[in-house]
Amino acid sequence: MNTFFFVIYPYLAFFIFCVGFVYRYKQTGFQVSSLSSQFLESRTLYWGVMLFHWGIMVVFLGHLLAFLFPKGQLLWNTHPIRLILLEVTGFTFGLLVFVGLIFLILRRFISKKVFTVTSKMDFALEFLLLAQVILGCWIAVGYRWGSSWFAADLSPYLWSLVLFQPKIKAVSAMPYVIQFHIIGAFTILLLIPFTRLVHFLVAPFHYIWRPYQRVMWNWDPKKVRSAETVWTVTRPRNN
Amino acid sequence: MNVRSQVSMVFHLDKCIGCHTCSIACKNIWTDRKGAEYMWWNNVETKPGTGYPTKWEDQSIYKGGWQKTEGGENEISLRGAGKRKGLLNIFHNPNMPVIDDYYEPFTYKYLDLIESPSMDDQPTARPVSLITGRPIDIKMGPNWDDDLSGTQDFARKDPNLENLSPAEQEAMFQLERMAFFYLPRICNHCLNPACVASCPSGAIYKRGEDGVVLINQNVCRAWRMCVTACPYKKSYYNWNTGKSEKCILCYPRIEAGYAPACMHSCVGRIRYLGVLLYDADRIEQAAASDDSELVQKQLDLLLDPCDPAVIAAAKENGIADSTLHAAQNSPVYKFVKEWKLALPLHPEFRTLPMLFYVPPLLPVMATIREKIKDQKLHDIAKDWEDTWLYDTSTQELWGAIDQARFPLKYMANLFSNGDQNLMKEKLLKLMAVRIYRRHKTVGDVTEEKSNQVLKEAGLTPKMAEAIYALTSLAKFDDRFVIPAAHREQAIEMMEFTGDVKGSTGFGFKDQTAKRGL
Repeated sequence: MNTFFFVIYPYLAFFIFCVGFVYRYKQTGFQVSSLSSQFLESRTLYWGVMLFHWGIMVVFLGHLLAFLFPKGQLLWNTHPIRLILLEVTGFTFGLLVFVGLIFLILRRFISKKVFTVTSKMDFALEFLLLAQVILGCWIAVGYRWGSSWFAADLSPYLWSLVLFQPKIKAVSAMPYVIQFHIIGAFTILLLIPFTRLVHFLVAPFHYIWRPYQRVMWNWDPKKVRSAETVWTVTRPRNN
Repeated sequence: MNVRSQVSMVFHLDKCIGCHTCSIACKNIWTDRKGAEYMWWNNVETKPGTGYPTKWEDQSIYKGGWQKTEGGENEISLRGAGKRKGLLNIFHNPNMPVIDDYYEPFTYKYLDLIESPSMDDQPTARPVSLITGRPIDIKMGPNWDDDLSGTQDFARKDPNLENLSPAEQEAMFQLERMAFFYLPRICNHCLNPACVASCPSGAIYKRGEDGVVLINQNVCRAWRMCVTACPYKKSYYNWNTGKSEKCILCYPRIEAGYAPACMHSCVGRIRYLGVLLYDADRIEQAAASDDSELVQKQLDLLLDPCDPAVIAAAKENGIADSTLHAAQNSPVYKFVKEWKLALPLHPEFRTLPMLFYVPPLLPVMATIREKIKDQKLHDIAKDWEDTWLYDTSTQELWGAIDQARFPLKYMANLFSNGDQNLMKEKLLKLMAVRIYRRHKTVGDVTEEKSNQVLKEAGLTPKMAEAIYALTSLAKFDDRFVIPAAHREQAIEMMEFTGDVKGSTGFGFKDQTAKRGL
């Protein structure tokens, strides 16, 4: 049982995530969109979307740092004030995510226009995220101090998955709440290609570097004019 | 000199009768589908009026277009988008119009009329929202302000009235003096497009061959910045597919040698389409020039297609001979450069729009004033049996424009960045051509007088004749000089637009692409 959930399932989720995303991007590129509903309802969205996004970015960054630098994390936590500061920050942003998500879910039900553009997958995803956030906050309060035992026990587990030498002894012994939180995380990973979550994989960071204006030629005009090369030019990839 | 070609347009507002045929032609081909019901890539507005979406010209609300960077020397930045603002506001765009700023699309439950059981009262077809399918109270619709000059809710809220004094505004809306004109609008296919610059995904681009600005539907990720950035509000968000869409200048038709649907169907024949050559190296400089010379700098970008140096540079850049030939015969070049009759709409947005308007003379000129008994009228002024006089007398020509029913200030706010002299110059030319034709056909104006009037307006009889011909007699091929399609360039030539009716219009030939999960 534990082998399935903590060894097979993570690999399966990651595999489906990779294949699913490549498939979706290549085959149904049209569907890769954030599917914003701001056009139909803007005011409630502001609170929901701002709290949710900024919250989840900080929370995710916290998990990521603890995963990447467990030793640094433990070193940071050696001083109680720094430990408490970190835990309080994480918990606060977790709460922000929770509040934001509540706004977003209620908005989907209250605004009739937004309701019509809500798919079953959107509801499934929202409740999954809600469950995950509630579990996360519960863990933060109930199983102290998460930032320390995550670095000590969970980071090695995740690294063991990355290195294809799964060691699940520590995970198997963890309380159910934490186990559910882990399974939930892999479920979300699995679902990314099949939900609107794809939008964060195409976050437009390249915008920072590109020049503002974009002009495209369907054909290289200089080559087209030349009689010698007119039949040999290939159409450049620009779309 | 970096010569590029652009398929550009002129709309002759004096000829627009506000019939909305253009809008219908466009809607039938491109936006007759779910999520696009509210979009009018082509729409016709009554001016003065608030337009569509409501008060789109008021950039204090929508933050569209470019503005001079504060403190920066000859630099411009996007008002409500751009790299910093765009990415910071990516979760929630504070300046984005919502559906109520356009209108909630609706239909009627016609089936209720047919299926109603027999009863004492007539059955009614209730309006239902095309988004939710529920009954709605219609508060707005397309052309809701049509012909409503003088009304509190629409005309008096026109953003262009801002710097007119209350007295001037009052004079404009006196019942007997009231006037309006129509302003058909499509995407301007700008040289310095704000939508392109604002798109974080880089989905929007300007085509090098003909300057058409397009949104790649496969790359658009619904970050919605183009909706804010376009100061003309001509980039629309499709709430169903989660993609932005805009006027494509019917490029499949242009490539096949047809005029765009809105232009082809124009009943008043107000629309002209032709190639303009421009110098791409000077775009940035022109867009960042001072307010006073903005219009002139933009017009200076346009190159003379008969100048040998320009032709050589154009060939160097791979512009085909057929395109050059079209540029030399372009009606747009004649209106904009040769005769200097047309101006861009709201040049102060600094996007360098490539759709030019010949300002309307009729609502301006037809002044009405109280008839004074025994007043000596000019012999060609029509004397109505009325206390009010519809005065088109030529004697007071130059004076009448200053005291026009439409204050010059208002027209200048629309077309010349507030430069009243520039606007006056165009109106005088239009009037001079009329006087010239009156001399020719009615004969009650002497040749001497007509020549003098033409000279004062900066025209010659030959030019006046050409303006008259292209304005009033022009046939289809005179109005639309579309370069022959280059087989090796045309990507949509083999398609008939009818086949892609109801599609997004961007090359999804098989079916309308489905919304994401």
